[in-house]
Amino acid sequence: MTTRPILIRNVRILDVGDAFDQVGDLLLRDGHVASRGGHVSPSDAIVIDGTSLVATPGFIDFHAHLREPGFEDKETIATGAAAGARGGFTTLCAMPNTNPAIDNGTVVDFVLQRAREAGPVRVLAVGAVTIGRAGKVLTDMEELAGAGVVAFTDDGAPVADARMMRNALLYAADLGLPVVDHCEDYTLTKGTGIHDGWVASRLGLAGYPSAGEESLVARDIALAGMTGGWFHAAHLSTAGGAELVRRAKQRGLRVTAEVTPHHLTMTEEWVLGHQGRHARGPLTAAAYDTHAKVSPPLRAIDDRAAMVEALKDGTIDSIATDHAPHTWSDKTMPFDDANVGLSVLETAFGSLMALVHGGELPLETLIRKLTVGPAAMLGPRHAGLATLRPGTPADVVLFDPNEEWVVDTARFASKGKNTPLRGATLKGRVRLTIAQGQIVHDGMQPETLKKVARS
Amino acid sequence: MTTPQAAAPAITSLAPRRQVLDLDDFTREEIDLVLGTTESMREVLGRSIKKVPSLRGKIIMTLFLEPSTRTRVSFEQAGKILSADVINLSGSGSSAEKGESLLNTGLTLQAMHADLIVMRHKDSGAPYLLARHLKHAGIVNAGDGRHAHPSQALLDLYTMRRHLGSLEGRKVVIIGDVAHSRVARSNIFGLSAAGARVVLCGPPTLLPLELLRGRDTAYPTANVSVETDLDKAIDGADVVMALRIQTERMEGGATPSMREYTRRWQVTEARMRKARPNALLMHPGPMNEGIELASSLAHGDAQRIEEQVTNGVATRMALLYLLLNGPEASA
Repeated sequence: MTTRPILIRNVRILDVGDAFDQVGDLLLRDGHVASRGGHVSPSDAIVIDGTSLVATPGFIDFHAHLREPGFEDKETIATGAAAGARGGFTTLCAMPNTNPAIDNGTVVDFVLQRAREAGPVRVLAVGAVTIGRAGKVLTDMEELAGAGVVAFTDDGAPVADARMMRNALLYAADLGLPVVDHCEDYTLTKGTGIHDGWVASRLGLAGYPSAGEESLVARDIALAGMTGGWFHAAHLSTAGGAELVRRAKQRGLRVTAEVTPHHLTMTEEWVLGHQGRHARGPLTAAAYDTHAKVSPPLRAIDDRAAMVEALKDGTIDSIATDHAPHTWSDKTMPFDDANVGLSVLETAFGSLMALVHGGELPLETLIRKLTVGPAAMLGPRHAGLATLRPGTPADVVLFDPNEEWVVDTARFASKGKNTPLRGATLKGRVRLTIAQGQIVHDGMQPETLKKVARS
Repeated sequence: MTTPQAAAPAITSLAPRRQVLDLDDFTREEIDLVLGTTESMREVLGRSIKKVPSLRGKIIMTLFLEPSTRTRVSFEQAGKILSADVINLSGSGSSAEKGESLLNTGLTLQAMHADLIVMRHKDSGAPYLLARHLKHAGIVNAGDGRHAHPSQALLDLYTMRRHLGSLEGRKVVIIGDVAHSRVARSNIFGLSAAGARVVLCGPPTLLPLELLRGRDTAYPTANVSVETDLDKAIDGADVVMALRIQTERMEGGATPSMREYTRRWQVTEARMRKARPNALLMHPGPMNEGIELASSLAHGDAQRIEEQVTNGVATRMALLYLLLNGPEASA
């Protein structure tokens, strides 16, 4: 850690939030952006060669499960923040499905205190909608907002009761904050862990149909219309859900949505094992891959394409990881019993770059959805996080869009090694992450060079 | 009664195969080998002294973490006739009840030098978990959730071939809770591979929805169709297979009542007359007599239900023998 100025030379500075895209020098000083573009030569700076690299504002994750307090065997705020740094994220929003849940000001204080201890990666708290996320009693939202939460959610579970959701939207609207709903109709999805498609049929697993998401998205849109409240759809996964959000936006409702890297890049076929490459032949012992078990489930091929389309046309505002770390034994179980979720922070950027390299998504759009989109969720208190305009916080990620690397979960900072991407080769690597002017991840030297240097 | 395929099988062992998780990865030769060996095992089973030394010194552990009588006893008996040491473990009173994970149970049995673990589990895919992690012990899937029940499908195939010869073009109607049935699923894949036409019949809530609506499916649609009207489905059938109806499923709202189910989907004498003359009537058991089948049929001439049980023992003898007595296994 250092308080010396940092100079990144000869780098492509891509600041989509400010329509700035130039190759030049980026100078960070005293925790803020001092200058961008052109060439500067401060005498005291740490100099980093940014040739052929891209610098953008640090990524913002609106949806991460950091597990503390209560599930420190899966993750802590410190390990989660370190994982974020390795993934290029400088702001993480911690979900409240902890134990105790983040359902009162004291727990918010605890989370924010742990975050400060963890270092310069910004960890913000999201508060629960109901006490204990049990769906029965509204939390004291005003107290939570005062303690600093940026949104409300019972994520992991939906707000199942429609009147509760109505009330939550009204209270949250009064505070200017969104209600984030995990849209899942349990009466349709109980006991499921996979999309209700051909793979579920093949494996004899109970399927979670698209209608299980769509029905709650539709309900929440109706309630947003009724209350004037701000409904944010967490981890949207279905073509139908995206279409509902698209129409709600056309009607001018206060509705926003996010999508995860895995719903943009993976499909139900991943549950067959072999990273989605298994064809329609006999199953292998790799089938029932619990690392591809997530809620909502990885969907059909058409849904994945619809998610990319919705991201491009502005229906979906942001990419959020839904980082859900678990222990080895949480996942080493029969499929129906295994925990849901993927460890995402450290693979998000590399996996998403496949969309760019594959011509599905412009790099600028990807960066917008990792920075500008989620920043808009955070309100004026956290302004300036999604741009590199001089004077804004020095949260920067430096990446090589073309470097290939192999996912080695043993090197994860996250305690959660639960990713179906283990061993996959990704193209696009985060090389340096700076949060509040401090280097929080230094991967400037490729691993291979390090090995050569040691031997 | 026709004789089963007389042609000598092209292979003589399942080695190096160590696992039977489903039939989907069986070659046609392997299936013929199992069915041919089953025929020999039936002869052993018919002797007055039902014992051969083929698997002496082999340890088979049956791990049944879901209640079962027929399948477990069938495997146990098969192993004992072949002189293997068969040790039975069940859910209640076992370490599973004390919270031990399935994987740790499997590793423990392997460490005790089990040659083969025959397992049943409530969760689809549970045997695949052990297959991924156990490097020495073999695994036979004796039913996993609603996924597969390969030994049942093999014994059904054997029973059908024994009476019908080739199954090419034969019509098999499977009736009942198809969507949740591992017996149906394994039979659908086994029968369509053998060239039979399979018609699935039952309440629309208990049939695979994507087949009913003509959407993308894992089922081989060239050979498999759905029909909710039993009178139509059974027309010209060579085999009529009724599945066990789970009363829990009824109470869960999948159908209005047992009375309604019985009226619309019970196999009756009148309905059997619409099938081909000498059509086989089968049921994997245990049977709810008077619900899936009319009582008069359950004990009538067409039924092959008890024969299925006998063939089940012979089929499992064949499977155990071919897995444990191969050159690889004894090496």
